[in-house]
Amino acid sequence: MAKAARRGRYRWLPELAMAGALVMLPFVFDRWLGSVDLFTRILIWGIFGLGFDLLFGRTGLLSFGQGAFYGTGGFITAYLLTAGILGNVWLAIATGIAAAAAFSLVVGFLALRRVGIYFAMITLAFGELAYFLENSPLAKWTGGENGLPGVPAPSIALDGFTYSFAGSWPSYQLVAGFYFAGFVFARFVLLSPVGSVLTAIRQNPERSAALGHDVRAYKLAVFVLAALFAGCGGALLGIFQSYMPPDAFALETSGQLVIQTVIGGAGTLIGPTVGAAIWLTLRDVLQTIPGVGDLWKFILGFVFVVLVTFMPNGVVGTALRLWSRGAAKQIAAPQPAIHHEAAAAREALLAPLSSVRVPRSASGAARFALEVRNLGKAYGGIHAVDGVSLALPEGRLHAIIGPNGAGKSTFLRMIAREENPDAGQILLHGIDMASADVTAAYQAGMAKSYQINQLFPQLTVRQNLRIGALGRHRSRLRLDVFRAADGFADVERLVDALLEELALQSCADLAVNTLAYGEKRRLELGLALASRPSLLLLDEPLAGLSPAEREDAKLLIRNLNKGRTIVLVEHDMDAVFALAERITVLHEGRKLAEGTPKEISSDPLVREAYLGGTTPP
Amino acid sequence: MPTLPQFLSQAFNGIALGSLLALIASGLSIILGTLGVLNFAHGAMFMLGAYTGFVVLSHWDSFAGALVLGALVLLLVGFALERGLIRFYYRRPPEDQILVTFGLGIMIVEAVRYVFGPLSQRVPLPSWGQGIVNLGFFIYPLYRVQVIGIVALLLFTFYVLLYRTRIGLVVRAGIEDPLMVELLGTHVRRMFLVVFCLGAMAAGIAGVIYAPLSAVVPNMGEPFLVQCFVVIVIGGLGSFPGAVVGGLVVGEILSLTTLFDPAYAQAAIYAVMTLVLIVRPRGLFGTMGRA
Repeated sequence: MAKAARRGRYRWLPELAMAGALVMLPFVFDRWLGSVDLFTRILIWGIFGLGFDLLFGRTGLLSFGQGAFYGTGGFITAYLLTAGILGNVWLAIATGIAAAAAFSLVVGFLALRRVGIYFAMITLAFGELAYFLENSPLAKWTGGENGLPGVPAPSIALDGFTYSFAGSWPSYQLVAGFYFAGFVFARFVLLSPVGSVLTAIRQNPERSAALGHDVRAYKLAVFVLAALFAGCGGALLGIFQSYMPPDAFALETSGQLVIQTVIGGAGTLIGPTVGAAIWLTLRDVLQTIPGVGDLWKFILGFVFVVLVTFMPNGVVGTALRLWSRGAAKQIAAPQPAIHHEAAAAREALLAPLSSVRVPRSASGAARFALEVRNLGKAYGGIHAVDGVSLALPEGRLHAIIGPNGAGKSTFLRMIAREENPDAGQILLHGIDMASADVTAAYQAGMAKSYQINQLFPQLTVRQNLRIGALGRHRSRLRLDVFRAADGFADVERLVDALLEELALQSCADLAVNTLAYGEKRRLELGLALASRPSLLLLDEPLAGLSPAEREDAKLLIRNLNKGRTIVLVEHDMDAVFALAERITVLHEGRKLAEGTPKEISSDPLVREAYLGGTTPP
Repeated sequence: MPTLPQFLSQAFNGIALGSLLALIASGLSIILGTLGVLNFAHGAMFMLGAYTGFVVLSHWDSFAGALVLGALVLLLVGFALERGLIRFYYRRPPEDQILVTFGLGIMIVEAVRYVFGPLSQRVPLPSWGQGIVNLGFFIYPLYRVQVIGIVALLLFTFYVLLYRTRIGLVVRAGIEDPLMVELLGTHVRRMFLVVFCLGAMAAGIAGVIYAPLSAVVPNMGEPFLVQCFVVIVIGGLGSFPGAVVGGLVVGEILSLTTLFDPAYAQAAIYAVMTLVLIVRPRGLFGTMGRA
């Protein structure tokens, strides 16, 4: 709570600082750099960059086609105004922004079919497509290579008094106003659950999806969001210059945006603006130096390569890092534990969420939490899993054992819907999961903890757990950008309870990559728990733990079993025989045996195939 | 409607352009497949090759000399870049690799602009390539026919290198799984250097061949880079046959659409790319599971 209060007090500090800078800086430019126009130009790039920073800096999606949306916003606005279709400039700007967003929806839908390198290539290709469309087939409307001259400036009328935003200072006021609004909006997005999910997607998209967030939909959302900013920047460019240039669409525009963002610092929001300031001022300055003028772009290219190599956080990112290192020394004292729920209250908080619609069979016969029928999966000619069935009543702790390569992990992956079976059926509380993906499975109350930790390494423990808790709390996709990520009281209570249950309070606000292995392992389990699942899939939860940690983990698993069904895959036989109510033995993809621990340990087949004839404990 | 000779002539142009695209894209594609690096400086390397051709051909009438020198220049540039910079990027995220090669591309283009000036300059045809040839139905510039032959020969050499030699086997294995190749005792980093240089040389040689067809200008590589991306998306990542078929497809689309309406030539290749993305996102010859 202390943290939230501190956050509250400083929440608006960046906005205040930005407002101050927007009031003061133009005078600096006017006085020492010739004209305020340079600063206006920087801010137009800055608006364009605010969106790009959400896309690339925050979500890690490197698009080389942003010029397409900058140009679309600019040309639609300019065309509507110069062709006399719209008289109201504000309305034209809004239409331009909407058009850019609509175009980005199409491009994003296609480009996001692939990730990483492919995404960069495809966005670049669509950027070029837009450029060619503007230049030839649409030249009748866009002016082709000539662009559109004569874009008017907007004005406001109040009580017969009219103020026009034409001219140097008025257009600065217009652009600065938009920039400030954009900055405030982008900050809202960052601090919202959406911002948290975007950060999580960047660090571990697979786990984000497995925690109930629709990764592709969020990526598409941020892609469109970036296009809104781009369209706004383009519209303002045309108005500011009273001319809309065709090279807004050029690859060079998209490239310059990328360069400015990296120079300034990706993921810092104002990075692209600072980068634009560096790029544009340096260009102006270098061009006036005799002998160097022709090389200005070479020099900027060199600076860029050096920065990418040695200062990947850019100017702002590096400055922030140095500053926070200084600040960290001042608040070295560990924070006191935040709140203590009584053990019973904590248990209630962590109990399975009963939002699952459970159809009761008419006969009232025993219903199953999980039912698997004849599940099969083959890779090439090898049957990894071959016709395995399983039926777990509510609250069962069921272990699956078998030698390496028996198909345990594949089996678990199919149940969690990370892999599609070739044959068979999976029913969760009687509901067929055939069409569900891993995200839907999580939303339905199934969660998996992984054999190899799948965490968000640069987020704190608390933020990690929050990502998990928010998934179930907010459904697959919700664009609640005006809510604070840490503003959901019940999510915060759940996170606190998890921290306590997992004995992670002391490192709650540490980045995960600084934790010890045992702590990461507990957090791995915690992420799965954060949705309060009714079915928990544990893939070798004890792997790599020390004997003492194993005892703790066993206790924890037994605790979690209260009112919750658990499927446990584990190699530690002591743990399996101590914990499980029933055990299934897989061997070469088939079910070899199933029974109570006692039955299994005395089954001659199992002893021969797996336990090697030795007497089990 | 275009006449048959017009159609055939454009179809031939498509093969000439497409085979060049195939050569450039296969260089880009093997670098991408093996090193995992998308080389944004590939267009600049193509341009460097073209300028080497320009320098040689405007002083001496030696096409062979231009080809050898072009290959040599790009071998040196490729070597210097891989050893000096790219190799430090193998452990960094793909976005960083894109950024650094993008920056390098700008530096190369700007350096050439500084030395040779920003204007486009004509490159003389080699003396044996001047004139026209009667191909039965239509008359066609001799050099373009020769280009198709030369590039076909080069692509065949590339094929032999990749599919019939030990080093080619290692490179193809590296495209499938670099880590496994390393574990099997091959010095992967040395292979990376070889592949990067090979890819750069493919771009450079293509530049030399292209120069007399058109003219040289510092940013001439940019459209080729973008078209290569389209080729790779259509053909499939890291696939040599994909690059060749994709190159020819893109070349033909560009040429034949020009016949009907030049304004839509560029748009048409993106339309086909979009179609491939929807129907077969991994590309025509791409394998599942990569990127």
